[in-house]
Amino acid sequence: MVGTSYGGLAALQILLPALAKDFPLPVIVVQHRSKDSDNLCEFLGRHSALPLGEPNDKDAITPGRVYLAPRDYHLLIERDGFALSTEAPVGFARPSVNVLFEAAADVYQGHVIGVILTGANTDGARGLAKIKSYGGLCVVEDPASAESRGMPAAAIAATKVDAILPLREIAPYLNRIC
Amino acid sequence: MMSALPAEQNQLEDIEIALLLEGLYRVYGFDFRDYSSASIKRRILERMRAEKIASVSAYQDSVLHDDACMERLLTGLSVHVSSMFRDPSFYATFRAKVIPILRTYPTVRIWHAGCSMGEEVYSMAILLQEEGLYRKCVIYATDISREVLRKAREGIFPLASMQEYTNNYMRAGGKHEFSDYYTAHYDNVIFHPALKTNVVFSEHNLVTDGSFNEFHVILCRNVMIYFNKTLQTRVHNLIYESLSMFGVFGLGNKESLRFTPRQDFYEKLDSRDKLYRKVK
Repeated sequence: MVGTSYGGLAALQILLPALAKDFPLPVIVVQHRSKDSDNLCEFLGRHSALPLGEPNDKDAITPGRVYLAPRDYHLLIERDGFALSTEAPVGFARPSVNVLFEAAADVYQGHVIGVILTGANTDGARGLAKIKSYGGLCVVEDPASAESRGMPAAAIAATKVDAILPLREIAPYLNRIC
Repeated sequence: MMSALPAEQNQLEDIEIALLLEGLYRVYGFDFRDYSSASIKRRILERMRAEKIASVSAYQDSVLHDDACMERLLTGLSVHVSSMFRDPSFYATFRAKVIPILRTYPTVRIWHAGCSMGEEVYSMAILLQEEGLYRKCVIYATDISREVLRKAREGIFPLASMQEYTNNYMRAGGKHEFSDYYTAHYDNVIFHPALKTNVVFSEHNLVTDGSFNEFHVILCRNVMIYFNKTLQTRVHNLIYESLSMFGVFGLGNKESLRFTPRQDFYEKLDSRDKLYRKVK
């Protein structure tokens, strides 16, 4: 699970192409985005080592694919696939990183890796703490070199994270441990 | 109290939620048992925080013994936050491809199933008025919660949303000034009552109620995302049965007829926007 906001587009352009072609897990990304951002999927698809798309409601979750949360919905995880929701924005965000991370922890328990990248708010901190409380793994972009330090710093303050890494070292780290 | 590991606590909470939903159904007849689990859990926990109740079991006690508490839960479970002309291209396509069909009918019945606060109902009323069809249309706007319907009927929306709605309206092919349709009053706007002269707001439960009319258009956008697959199947059948031959069915952007039992009974009106026509 990857959550990011301001500066995330540039960060994802570095992270996604560097993932191994045979990456064994599904990668699910919340990038805060406007309600009008229609072309993000196409754009990021060109920069991804793995096939990338926006899930439809109830789609199955397949390893080795990147899923981008669609605009103007929350993306949630259930036992048998994705679920979407138009509940109120959380912390002004829809999609919200917290909503995704919390739902993922509920279903996958300790088998989740939460990654927080650059962002100018605090979304994701609570979700990452929940992932940690279930025994999942938490990785945060180093606030010192992040385009915007808000989200990484909030995540580090909220929970005892497993790794704080510069952006370019995150994909190699994930390739190694997965 | 025993201190449980988060995973065990989570498992216990899931059991408690199943019991609460069973009770809600058997006492009040509202059936949320086949709702999508992740979002219903979020909403129940959110309601509990608002009611300052710590455990689902304690909340169940309140819900089952206190009608007002139940009504608040019902509202919490049925509100979804939409926009007027949400997904403007959907309305633009509706104008281009559905309106010409509707022009050929002497009268038109439209059903907004799960209308929540009515944003999309008023959007449709505006569109029909601009196309000169409103007078021969009746829009049935239904939801399960009385409170939500009361709000929808009022037609009052926050002034702060108007910039976004105006932008949507323009991109949806709006023909006038969006502000022609409402009057601002402090922090809110009220939409002109003329827009609801042909709208019937009424309670209807997609989960337990049957078909109540035959319609030329049924819109059920971003409503079934809250249902599990079993319940989605039921509602797809209900909608199919409530639609006249060659009637039009509209879904939300991230919903699909694929893998539903009725997928072969419709043809696509548009490849991008989720508009379908019943063909058998």
